[in-house]
Amino acid sequence: MLKAFESGADGIYIAGCLEGECHFLKGNLRARKRMLYLRKLLAEVGIEPERADMYNLSSAQGQRFAAIATEMTEKVRALGPSPIKKGQSAFKA
Amino acid sequence: MIVGNRKSMEEILEMVKPYKKVLLLGCRECITVCAAGGEREVGVLASELKLSRAKDGQEIEIKEFTLERQCDFEYIDQIKPFVDEYEVIVSMACGAGIQYTAERFPKKPVFPAINTTFLGVTLEQGLWAERCQGCGECILHLTGGVCPVARCAKSLFNGPCGGSSGGKCEVSKETDCAWQMIIDKLKALGQLEKYEEIIGVKDWSTSRDGGPRKRVREDLRLQ
Repeated sequence: MLKAFESGADGIYIAGCLEGECHFLKGNLRARKRMLYLRKLLAEVGIEPERADMYNLSSAQGQRFAAIATEMTEKVRALGPSPIKKGQSAFKA
Repeated sequence: MIVGNRKSMEEILEMVKPYKKVLLLGCRECITVCAAGGEREVGVLASELKLSRAKDGQEIEIKEFTLERQCDFEYIDQIKPFVDEYEVIVSMACGAGIQYTAERFPKKPVFPAINTTFLGVTLEQGLWAERCQGCGECILHLTGGVCPVARCAKSLFNGPCGGSSGGKCEVSKETDCAWQMIIDKLKALGQLEKYEEIIGVKDWSTSRDGGPRKRVREDLRLQ
Protein backbone atom coordinates (compact mmCIF):
# COMPACT_ATOMS: atom_id res chain seq x y z
CA MET A 1 0.00 0.00 0.00
CA LEU A 2 2.89 2.35 0.80
CA LYS A 3 4.46 1.44 -2.55
CA ALA A 4 1.29 2.68 -4.27
CA PHE A 5 1.75 6.09 -2.63
CA GLU A 6 5.46 6.03 -3.50
CA SER A 7 4.42 5.51 -7.13
CA GLY A 8 2.27 8.63 -6.93
CA ALA A 9 -1.20 7.23 -6.22
CA ASP A 10 -3.54 9.97 -4.96
CA GLY A 11 -5.48 7.49 -2.87
CA ILE A 12 -6.11 3.80 -2.38
CA TYR A 13 -8.81 1.63 -0.92
CA ILE A 14 -9.02 -1.98 0.13
CA ALA A 15 -12.14 -4.00 -0.52
CA GLY A 16 -12.67 -6.76 2.04
CA CYS A 17 -15.45 -9.25 2.64
CA LEU A 18 -18.43 -8.31 4.76
CA GLU A 19 -17.59 -8.54 8.43
CA GLY A 20 -18.45 -11.96 9.80
CA GLU A 21 -18.56 -13.45 6.30
CA CYS A 22 -14.88 -13.67 5.41
CA HIS A 23 -13.65 -16.95 3.91
CA PHE A 24 -10.52 -16.39 5.99
CA LEU A 25 -12.66 -15.84 9.10
CA LYS A 26 -10.78 -12.87 10.59
CA GLY A 27 -8.82 -11.82 7.49
CA ASN A 28 -10.98 -8.77 6.80
CA LEU A 29 -10.90 -7.66 10.45
CA ARG A 30 -7.12 -7.93 10.48
CA ALA A 31 -6.91 -6.07 7.20
CA ARG A 32 -8.91 -3.22 8.76
CA LYS A 33 -6.47 -3.00 11.66
CA ARG A 34 -3.58 -2.85 9.19
CA MET A 35 -5.35 -0.15 7.25
CA LEU A 36 -5.59 1.90 10.46
CA TYR A 37 -1.85 1.32 10.96
CA LEU A 38 -1.18 2.48 7.41
CA ARG A 39 -3.20 5.63 8.02
CA LYS A 40 -1.05 6.34 11.07
CA LEU A 41 2.10 5.90 8.96
CA LEU A 42 0.75 8.26 6.30
CA ALA A 43 -0.07 10.90 8.90
CA GLU A 44 3.49 10.60 10.25
CA VAL A 45 4.93 11.66 6.91
CA GLY A 46 2.38 14.41 6.27
CA ILE A 47 0.04 12.63 3.86
CA GLU A 48 -3.69 12.93 4.61
CA PRO A 49 -4.74 9.56 6.11
CA GLU A 50 -8.12 9.92 4.38
CA ARG A 51 -6.34 9.03 1.15
CA ALA A 52 -6.44 5.39 2.31
CA ASP A 53 -9.60 3.56 3.29
CA MET A 54 -11.21 0.17 3.57
CA TYR A 55 -14.68 -0.95 2.54
CA ASN A 56 -16.53 -4.19 3.22
CA LEU A 57 -18.70 -5.76 0.57
CA SER A 58 -19.41 -9.15 -0.96
CA SER A 59 -18.48 -10.28 -4.45
CA ALA A 60 -22.20 -10.25 -5.30
CA GLN A 61 -22.51 -6.49 -4.68
CA GLY A 62 -21.44 -5.08 -8.02
CA GLN A 63 -23.52 -1.92 -7.64
CA ARG A 64 -22.11 -1.29 -4.20
CA PHE A 65 -18.60 -1.75 -5.60
CA ALA A 66 -19.29 0.88 -8.25
CA ALA A 67 -20.77 3.24 -5.66
CA ILE A 68 -17.70 2.84 -3.43
CA ALA A 69 -15.37 3.49 -6.36
CA THR A 70 -17.25 6.71 -7.10
CA GLU A 71 -17.34 7.73 -3.43
CA MET A 72 -13.60 7.16 -3.00
CA THR A 73 -12.76 8.93 -6.25
CA GLU A 74 -14.77 11.97 -5.16
CA LYS A 75 -13.15 11.95 -1.74
CA VAL A 76 -9.65 11.84 -3.22
CA ARG A 77 -10.50 14.44 -5.86
CA ALA A 78 -11.62 16.79 -3.11
CA LEU A 79 -8.26 16.27 -1.37
CA GLY A 80 -6.42 17.10 -4.60
CA PRO A 81 -3.29 15.48 -5.99
CA SER A 82 -1.00 13.60 -3.63
CA PRO A 83 1.48 15.89 -1.86
CA ILE A 84 4.14 13.47 -3.12
CA LYS A 85 3.46 14.55 -6.71
CA LYS A 86 3.69 18.20 -5.75
CA GLY A 87 7.05 17.57 -4.09
CA GLN A 88 8.33 15.49 -6.95
CA SER A 89 7.44 18.12 -9.56
CA ALA A 90 9.12 20.79 -7.42
CA PHE A 91 12.21 18.57 -7.24
CA LYS A 92 12.24 18.02 -11.02
CA ALA A 93 11.84 21.73 -11.62
CA MET B 1 14.55 -12.01 23.16
CA ILE B 2 15.62 -8.39 23.08
CA VAL B 3 12.55 -6.23 22.53
CA GLY B 4 12.64 -2.79 20.97
CA ASN B 5 10.39 -0.08 19.63
CA ARG B 6 10.89 1.94 16.49
CA LYS B 7 11.71 5.57 17.11
CA SER B 8 9.22 8.22 16.01
CA MET B 9 9.31 9.25 12.37
CA GLU B 10 9.96 12.81 13.49
CA GLU B 11 13.13 11.77 15.34
CA ILE B 12 14.42 9.62 12.48
CA LEU B 13 13.73 12.35 9.91
CA GLU B 14 15.67 14.83 12.02
CA MET B 15 18.65 12.43 12.24
CA VAL B 16 18.87 11.85 8.50
CA LYS B 17 18.06 15.43 7.52
CA PRO B 18 21.49 16.29 6.07
CA TYR B 19 21.87 13.03 4.12
CA LYS B 20 20.79 11.94 0.66
CA LYS B 21 22.16 8.40 0.56
CA VAL B 22 21.06 6.14 3.39
CA LEU B 23 21.82 2.50 4.10
CA LEU B 24 18.90 1.17 6.13
CA LEU B 25 20.02 -1.90 8.00
CA GLY B 26 17.65 -4.44 9.57
CA CYS B 27 18.40 -7.49 11.70
CA ARG B 28 16.81 -10.93 11.41
CA GLU B 29 17.14 -11.84 15.07
CA CYS B 30 15.16 -10.65 18.10
CA ILE B 31 14.18 -7.33 16.57
CA THR B 32 12.53 -9.18 13.66
CA VAL B 33 10.59 -11.39 16.09
CA CYS B 34 9.31 -8.38 18.02
CA ALA B 35 8.31 -6.75 14.72
CA ALA B 36 10.40 -3.62 15.16
CA GLY B 37 13.42 -3.86 12.87
CA GLY B 38 13.21 -6.85 10.52
CA GLU B 39 12.97 -6.90 6.74
CA ARG B 40 9.32 -5.79 6.78
CA GLU B 41 9.93 -2.89 9.10
CA VAL B 42 12.96 -1.85 7.03
CA GLY B 43 10.65 -1.75 4.00
CA VAL B 44 8.03 0.32 5.82
CA LEU B 45 10.57 2.83 7.16
CA ALA B 46 12.22 3.12 3.73
CA SER B 47 8.82 3.89 2.17
CA GLU B 48 8.01 6.45 4.85
CA LEU B 49 11.37 8.18 4.40
CA LYS B 50 10.95 8.26 0.62
CA LEU B 51 7.39 9.60 0.89
CA SER B 52 8.39 12.27 3.36
CA ARG B 53 11.31 13.44 1.25
CA ALA B 54 9.30 13.31 -1.97
CA LYS B 55 6.59 15.44 -0.33
CA ASP B 56 9.19 18.08 0.49
CA GLY B 57 10.71 17.86 -2.99
CA GLN B 58 13.96 16.45 -1.63
CA GLU B 59 16.02 13.63 -3.00
CA ILE B 60 16.86 10.49 -1.01
CA GLU B 61 18.37 7.18 -2.05
CA ILE B 62 17.82 4.29 0.33
CA LYS B 63 19.30 0.84 0.21
CA GLU B 64 17.33 -1.66 2.26
CA PHE B 65 19.41 -4.49 3.68
CA THR B 66 18.66 -6.92 6.46
CA LEU B 67 21.48 -8.88 8.07
CA GLU B 68 21.23 -12.27 9.71
CA ARG B 69 22.54 -10.61 12.88
CA GLN B 70 24.09 -7.27 13.75
CA CYS B 71 25.77 -8.66 16.86
CA ASP B 72 28.34 -10.79 14.97
CA PHE B 73 30.97 -9.13 12.83
CA GLU B 74 30.90 -11.90 10.19
CA TYR B 75 27.40 -10.77 9.24
CA ILE B 76 28.01 -7.04 9.61
CA ASP B 77 30.95 -7.31 7.23
CA GLN B 78 28.55 -8.38 4.47
CA ILE B 79 27.84 -4.68 3.88
CA LYS B 80 31.54 -3.92 3.24
CA PRO B 81 31.28 -4.14 -0.57
CA PHE B 82 28.73 -1.30 -0.77
CA VAL B 83 28.80 0.60 2.52
CA ASP B 84 30.98 3.38 1.07
CA GLU B 85 28.28 4.24 -1.45
CA TYR B 86 26.15 5.60 1.42
CA GLU B 87 26.64 8.64 3.62
CA VAL B 88 25.00 7.20 6.70
CA ILE B 89 23.80 3.90 8.15
CA VAL B 90 20.45 3.85 9.95
CA SER B 91 20.31 0.65 11.96
CA MET B 92 17.10 -1.07 12.99
CA ALA B 93 18.89 -3.54 15.27
CA CYS B 94 18.93 -3.46 19.07
CA GLY B 95 21.43 -1.21 20.85
CA ALA B 96 24.05 -3.98 20.72
CA GLY B 97 23.74 -4.40 16.96
CA ILE B 98 23.76 -0.66 16.32
CA GLN B 99 26.95 -0.24 18.35
CA TYR B 100 28.71 -3.20 16.79
CA THR B 101 27.90 -1.91 13.30
CA ALA B 102 29.30 1.48 14.34
CA GLU B 103 32.45 -0.23 15.68
CA ARG B 104 33.00 -2.14 12.43
CA PHE B 105 32.74 1.04 10.34
CA PRO B 106 34.38 3.75 12.45
CA LYS B 107 34.33 6.36 9.69
CA LYS B 108 30.64 5.96 8.96
CA PRO B 109 27.91 7.66 11.02
CA VAL B 110 25.56 4.98 12.37
CA PHE B 111 22.21 6.17 13.74
CA PRO B 112 19.58 4.25 15.75
CA ALA B 113 16.06 3.81 14.42
CA ILE B 114 15.15 1.64 17.42
CA ASN B 115 14.76 2.28 21.14
CA THR B 116 15.85 -0.96 22.78
CA THR B 117 13.55 -1.60 25.70
CA PHE B 118 13.81 -4.96 27.47
CA LEU B 119 14.53 -8.70 27.52
CA GLY B 120 11.19 -10.35 27.22
CA VAL B 121 8.73 -12.82 25.79
CA THR B 122 5.86 -12.83 23.30
CA LEU B 123 2.61 -13.02 25.28
CA GLU B 124 0.56 -13.14 22.09
CA GLN B 125 0.99 -11.89 18.54
CA GLY B 126 1.68 -8.18 18.81
CA LEU B 127 2.19 -8.18 22.60
CA TRP B 128 5.54 -8.51 24.37
CA ALA B 129 6.43 -8.31 28.06
CA GLU B 130 9.58 -7.90 30.13
CA ARG B 131 10.93 -10.92 31.96
CA CYS B 132 14.67 -10.42 32.61
CA GLN B 133 17.08 -7.59 33.40
CA GLY B 134 20.29 -9.57 32.91
CA CYS B 135 21.37 -8.96 36.52
CA GLY B 136 24.04 -11.65 36.28
CA GLU B 137 22.93 -13.75 39.26
CA CYS B 138 19.73 -15.70 38.70
CA ILE B 139 17.53 -16.66 41.66
CA LEU B 140 14.56 -18.08 39.77
CA HIS B 141 15.01 -21.41 41.61
CA LEU B 142 14.11 -19.60 44.84
CA THR B 143 11.15 -17.65 43.52
CA GLY B 144 9.06 -20.21 41.66
CA GLY B 145 10.39 -19.12 38.27
CA VAL B 146 9.16 -15.53 38.63
CA CYS B 147 11.89 -12.86 38.64
CA PRO B 148 11.57 -10.22 41.36
CA VAL B 149 14.34 -8.14 39.76
CA ALA B 150 12.56 -7.68 36.43
CA ARG B 151 8.95 -8.02 37.45
CA CYS B 152 8.69 -6.26 40.81
CA ALA B 153 8.66 -2.49 40.28
CA LYS B 154 10.99 -2.12 43.29
CA SER B 155 13.07 -5.23 42.50
CA LEU B 156 12.37 -6.37 46.07
CA PHE B 157 14.01 -9.60 47.18
CA ASN B 158 11.62 -10.19 50.06
CA GLY B 159 8.14 -9.04 49.18
CA PRO B 160 5.45 -8.07 48.66
CA CYS B 161 5.48 -4.45 49.75
CA GLY B 162 2.50 -2.44 50.98
CA GLY B 163 1.69 -1.40 47.43
CA SER B 164 0.43 -4.85 46.51
CA SER B 165 -3.34 -4.98 46.37
CA GLY B 166 -5.58 -7.71 45.00
CA GLY B 167 -2.59 -9.25 43.23
CA LYS B 168 -1.79 -6.00 41.42
CA CYS B 169 1.11 -3.57 41.76
CA GLU B 170 0.48 0.00 42.87
CA VAL B 171 2.44 1.20 39.84
CA SER B 172 -0.39 0.17 37.53
CA LYS B 173 -3.57 -1.87 37.68
CA GLU B 174 -2.32 -3.61 34.55
CA THR B 175 0.78 -4.89 36.35
CA ASP B 176 0.66 -8.09 38.35
CA CYS B 177 2.43 -8.01 41.70
CA ALA B 178 5.53 -10.17 41.18
CA TRP B 179 5.58 -11.24 44.82
CA GLN B 180 1.94 -12.28 44.71
CA MET B 181 2.84 -14.38 41.67
CA ILE B 182 5.86 -15.83 43.48
CA ILE B 183 3.75 -16.82 46.49
CA ASP B 184 1.01 -18.33 44.31
CA LYS B 185 3.55 -20.27 42.27
CA LEU B 186 5.47 -21.58 45.30
CA LYS B 187 2.16 -22.64 46.83
CA ALA B 188 1.22 -24.50 43.63
CA LEU B 189 4.63 -26.17 43.58
CA GLY B 190 4.33 -27.18 47.23
CA GLN B 191 7.46 -25.16 47.99
CA LEU B 192 6.03 -22.44 50.21
CA GLU B 193 8.83 -23.08 52.71
CA LYS B 194 11.11 -21.25 50.28
CA TYR B 195 9.07 -18.09 50.83
CA GLU B 196 9.88 -18.18 54.53
CA GLU B 197 13.61 -18.04 53.84
CA ILE B 198 14.97 -14.51 53.76
CA ILE B 199 16.87 -13.88 50.55
CA GLY B 200 20.10 -12.09 51.40
CA VAL B 201 21.34 -8.77 50.11
CA LYS B 202 21.98 -8.97 46.40
CA ASP B 203 25.45 -8.39 45.04
CA TRP B 204 24.69 -5.95 42.25
CA SER B 205 28.28 -5.96 41.01
CA THR B 206 27.30 -8.79 38.65
CA SER B 207 24.71 -6.44 37.17
CA ARG B 208 25.26 -3.01 35.61
CA ASP B 209 26.67 -1.69 38.88
CA GLY B 210 29.91 -3.54 38.13
CA GLY B 211 30.31 -1.65 34.85
CA PRO B 212 30.17 -3.08 31.32
CA ARG B 213 30.38 -6.87 31.39
CA LYS B 214 32.18 -9.48 29.33
CA ARG B 215 31.85 -13.23 29.20
CA VAL B 216 34.77 -15.47 28.32
CA ARG B 217 34.97 -19.13 27.38
CA GLU B 218 38.66 -19.74 27.01
CA ASP B 219 38.15 -23.17 25.41
CA LEU B 220 36.34 -21.54 22.50
CA ARG B 221 38.77 -18.71 21.89
CA LEU B 222 40.95 -19.01 18.81
CA GLN B 223 43.79 -16.85 20.09
